Amino acid sequence: MLEVQNLTVRFGSLTIVDNISFSLAPGQWLMVVGPNGAGKTTIISAISRAVPYTGQVLFEGRDIRHQKTRELAQCMGVLSQNHYVGYGFTVEEVIRLGRYAHAPGLLGGKQHAGEALVAQAIAKTGMEPYLKQSVLTLSGGELQRTFLAQLFAQDPRLLILDEPTNHLDLVYQKQVFQLVQEWLRQPGRAVISVVHDLSLARAYGTHAILMQKGRIVSAGATQEVMTPDNLNAVYAMDVFDWMQRLYGQWAPGEGEGTL
Amino acid sequence: MKKRTEGFGPVEYALFTAVTLAVLLLCICVGSVMLPLKETVAVLWNALTGADNEAYALAANILLPVRLPRVLCVALVGACLSLCGAAMQGLLKNPLADGTTLGVSSGASLGAVLAIAFGFSLPGFPLGGTMVLAISFAFVSLLLILSLAYRLDSSLSTNTIILIGVIFSMFASSISSLVITFAGDKVKTITFWTMGSLQGSSYENALLLLGALTLFGGILLWHARELNAFAVGEDNARSIGVDVRRVKLTVLIAISVLIGVCVSVSGTIGFVGLVTPHMLRSITGPNHRRLLPAALFGGACFLLLSDLLARTLLGPRELPLGVITSFVGSLVFIYIFCKARTR
Repeated sequence: MLEVQNLTVRFGSLTIVDNISFSLAPGQWLMVVGPNGAGKTTIISAISRAVPYTGQVLFEGRDIRHQKTRELAQCMGVLSQNHYVGYGFTVEEVIRLGRYAHAPGLLGGKQHAGEALVAQAIAKTGMEPYLKQSVLTLSGGELQRTFLAQLFAQDPRLLILDEPTNHLDLVYQKQVFQLVQEWLRQPGRAVISVVHDLSLARAYGTHAILMQKGRIVSAGATQEVMTPDNLNAVYAMDVFDWMQRLYGQWAPGEGEGTL
Repeated sequence: MKKRTEGFGPVEYALFTAVTLAVLLLCICVGSVMLPLKETVAVLWNALTGADNEAYALAANILLPVRLPRVLCVALVGACLSLCGAAMQGLLKNPLADGTTLGVSSGASLGAVLAIAFGFSLPGFPLGGTMVLAISFAFVSLLLILSLAYRLDSSLSTNTIILIGVIFSMFASSISSLVITFAGDKVKTITFWTMGSLQGSSYENALLLLGALTLFGGILLWHARELNAFAVGEDNARSIGVDVRRVKLTVLIAISVLIGVCVSVSGTIGFVGLVTPHMLRSITGPNHRRLLPAALFGGACFLLLSDLLARTLLGPRELPLGVITSFVGSLVFIYIFCKARTR
């Protein structure tokens, strides 16, 4: 579905992503993990054409650089971590914008298929009670669900998520990841996401690429990539030991853990 | 789920048209010489149907060659500037963006001052030289200001935009002043013109404004959904499939042309694009499919009433129109700025 070949991103003399290649097939959820400054978000930006790059990114065999923005948006959609909406648009107005790629222009956005998809997206994300509410009054989690609903209404085949639950509490974190997992169950769909939380990456990712200083250290199925040896080498610490201490304190019957 | 139209409905169009016509009529009747409503309507009707206006000779002499073209120009300039302000505020996701605050009007003004001072004109088209330079300078100013602002702060925050706008305005004004210093006998024309006035407007001017508004205002109205996407966020706009670069360029060109045409006809009339969209947003909401048409009517009404004040406040002496709009606009500007800071 997605083929990334020799992707390099430079900002001036600085190389942020250095000649990386990977691919993504339908049904896969690819987690891009690695420490800060590894170039994870830059990969996402390159795939969504937000930054210039060298190399090739092919979606279903076609170079994305040769596709129109609207055509590309019909195939892939991006959910970023922060949203600062300038004005008090209603939740419904923001969600409906998701149909732009399928029906652009002033007169667009009135097809029946579009209406059904918008209704489904609203129902799936549970945003029905908020439809007439201004997005300026929403909490961070509700706002992220609004944009997830917009993305579902957009109906792409590839979801690109950049730290989708970075500032969200546990309830919203769970909601967002479960919604995406459910979305992925439909055939012909795939997800690529940048996550900092290694536990979430292990729990939800089918595949992973582990990055360090702009290069891929390991790529493949999640369990093969996120091994103690790989993670310890990249993060320069005993990751598994830390995770076991961190999460071990929540084991059933355990009282107070010690960190 | 209940379906509803996002755009302006026929009832809203009818309501806004009725209010605008009422204000238009009021502005035609009221002035240094008061014209009774009945007489005014009769003169207008006779003029439209080609009938003789002999019975109302005095009213017809004031109304048809002087007041009507002026009032029409005022309404059209108001509509253009207000539409530009609304579009700019959506595009830049910034409620303080406007031709005046961004320095575009000063840029256009500099172009026009140069044209007047150096007698640049197009043969057979009296306003042509001023207009071409005003439009070109408006566009170049907008590009300069935005590229500088992007370079300093890619999120185009309110403070950066305002700061660059103020600096650019001062820069453009200083060059204008320099030109005026050496303008000799044209100083008076230029000075009066920079204060903004539609005194002595002609039907040709009104026709020109109408043409620009139909074409370039139409382009802005056509991009209402794209402006919604920009107002939500540029990254989001790209993600949902908006061709960000093309739309931005198209909208900026349309805005530059409209501001350039307005400046060349009326001089610098500040803050119309800031005040009206802000007021209307509380009625229509931020959706540009409703806000842009409302801005057309709202801008026309706002400038018509400002012009009425300019004509009657110290009557028979006339104040420059720009003085009234800048006075109201600066107060609204402070209000929005404080509100944005406390949010």
